[in-house]
Amino acid sequence: MLPFRSSGGLFEDVNGTSVQLREVTKRHGATVAVDRLTLDIRKGEFFSILGPSGSGKTTTLRLLAGFEQPDAGEILIEGSPMRGVPPNHRPVNLVFQNYALFPHMTVAKNVAFGLEMKRLSPAEIAPRVTEALEMVRLAGKQDRLPSHLSGGEQQRVALARALINHPAVLLLDEPLGALDKQLRLEMEVELKALQERVGITFICVTHDQEEALTMSDRLAVLHHGRLLQVGTPEEIYTAPASAFVANFIGVSNSLSGRVQEIDGEKALVAVEGIGIIRSHAASGLRAGTAVLVTIRPERLHLSRDPGTDGYQNQMVVGIAKAIYSGNEMHYLLTLPGGQTWKARLPNADGTAKRFSAGESAYLKWRAAETVLLPE
Amino acid sequence: MSPASGSRIPWLVVPSAATLLLFFLVPLALVLTVSFASRGTYGGIEWVVTLGNYTSIADPLYLRIFWRSLWLAGLTTGFCLIMGFPLAYIIARAPTRWQGILLLLVVIPFWTNFLVRTYAWMFILRTEGLLNTILAGLGIIHEPLNILFTDAAVLIGLVYGYLPFMVLPLYAALERLDPSLIEAAWDLYARPIQVFSRVVLPLAKPGVIAGCVLVFIPSLGAYVTPDLLGGARTMMIGNLIQHQYLVVRDWPFGSALSFVLMAGVLAMVLYFLRAGGAKSLS
Repeated sequence: MLPFRSSGGLFEDVNGTSVQLREVTKRHGATVAVDRLTLDIRKGEFFSILGPSGSGKTTTLRLLAGFEQPDAGEILIEGSPMRGVPPNHRPVNLVFQNYALFPHMTVAKNVAFGLEMKRLSPAEIAPRVTEALEMVRLAGKQDRLPSHLSGGEQQRVALARALINHPAVLLLDEPLGALDKQLRLEMEVELKALQERVGITFICVTHDQEEALTMSDRLAVLHHGRLLQVGTPEEIYTAPASAFVANFIGVSNSLSGRVQEIDGEKALVAVEGIGIIRSHAASGLRAGTAVLVTIRPERLHLSRDPGTDGYQNQMVVGIAKAIYSGNEMHYLLTLPGGQTWKARLPNADGTAKRFSAGESAYLKWRAAETVLLPE
Repeated sequence: MSPASGSRIPWLVVPSAATLLLFFLVPLALVLTVSFASRGTYGGIEWVVTLGNYTSIADPLYLRIFWRSLWLAGLTTGFCLIMGFPLAYIIARAPTRWQGILLLLVVIPFWTNFLVRTYAWMFILRTEGLLNTILAGLGIIHEPLNILFTDAAVLIGLVYGYLPFMVLPLYAALERLDPSLIEAAWDLYARPIQVFSRVVLPLAKPGVIAGCVLVFIPSLGAYVTPDLLGGARTMMIGNLIQHQYLVVRDWPFGSALSFVLMAGVLAMVLYFLRAGGAKSLS
């Protein structure tokens, strides 16, 4: 790295950290909404905070925006401590869940609000409003009132109203929650593209794992105010750190078992009523430990023929239900031990390879796809 | 007559329409007629048509009473707004289960007769009254304050009497205000005073207009409060009209005063409705 930098100055962190939370705790009455949360969010990344309702994700966002103050711990934005700094003095802007557009102001007035409060001259504001509206593809709608816009358009106004201020961090509270499914899928792509174009750190709070996986560079999973896991979507999807994460990130099949043997990177797990399941072993795993064996529905294979075909696990299962779902078949399987698993198989192979309810089939999967979680 | 043809007449409106016609429009027409008649020598009505009742209102003596009424009603409205807005805001932002109780506290004074409550104010404000006794007891004043039978006493009585009429429409408007709009303005660098002037006040405007109309109009025509708290020195239009009818026994002039007051109020209501308060009054 060069000793001199063209911009940024003293506080521009060498490792590029945008937001730091240090042991942040926030209580609401008797409940701990956020519990000793420590997070580093990098400059220019799309970071999602994922969790069910009541997990503390919205409180975290409100702590960052400055609407609430932490009971303990410290928040730094761009290297500056935020204790006691009110929202109007923070270099962040929030896109509200319900957009919170000012109903008595036109689109242009809404978008210009932040710059007007910063006392920029009308001559400076006008071109930036035009630019911001073009960025969110709303040119020509500047004189409309928010109530005359569709939900998707309202959301883009809310984005423009925040981004026009060039905040260091853009906070988004369930940004796609109020949109219908089709629009949501489009906006996921659009939001990510927008973030890459403006290069601003986005922190997005959501309960929708698909949304978080699609848009984020990294994400954090929160539960009961505690951080369960941070990582890239792939890390979290393929190597969930706990049963909760595995289930929350997507439907996961699971079985309770006990580690019988560890052989280098391989583990053998004994499951009552089923037998031995082969898995790859996470480091630190010891024989005798109670574990949860998990495997994702789309990693399972069904066949009418026995034979390992390179799959290290195989068992005979009953097809309890077969549901046609466009490009996929969804199966409910009854395991030898009586448990129910789900499988999702592509339909591309043609009708000959489909199963119907009442049939038996050989269920197969690779040891490497099995994830062992501490129970 | 078939039921279908009978249903064209909105029968359910008949009782209220008849009541309004008989007890409102007919007396109004009588008052209007009388306002163009002349006063008889001994206080009766002589049916000599004249505009004299209206031209004599231009007398500085009466104009001063009109002006004082407008001034006191305006001050009352202003004080009610300044005091009522924070109160309505606090109630609207209170937890839902508290809002009903707080609103009840605002309207509880209505459960007691207005006349009785005004007498209570006389007891509080008079020279040896509660206020002076307490202030003297605390050593804040050494000479009793002369409040009763002044404009100040009338103002206190009017503000006290009409404050709930300001708080209720303001509450209705502020309760509808989405709190995230306040946070959004704050997040977009607005200082608290700007949050108020740019977001809260414009969105509460229908409530402000409704509250001002509901306070200003009855204050302008107030009779009991200035009569009891203002004494003989502080006369308002209401007292003047009463005086003309019952003391001077000049019914035509009293009728003319009533009509000028009514026309003025009507003009103001129309102005407020055009200013955007139509929604709030309905």
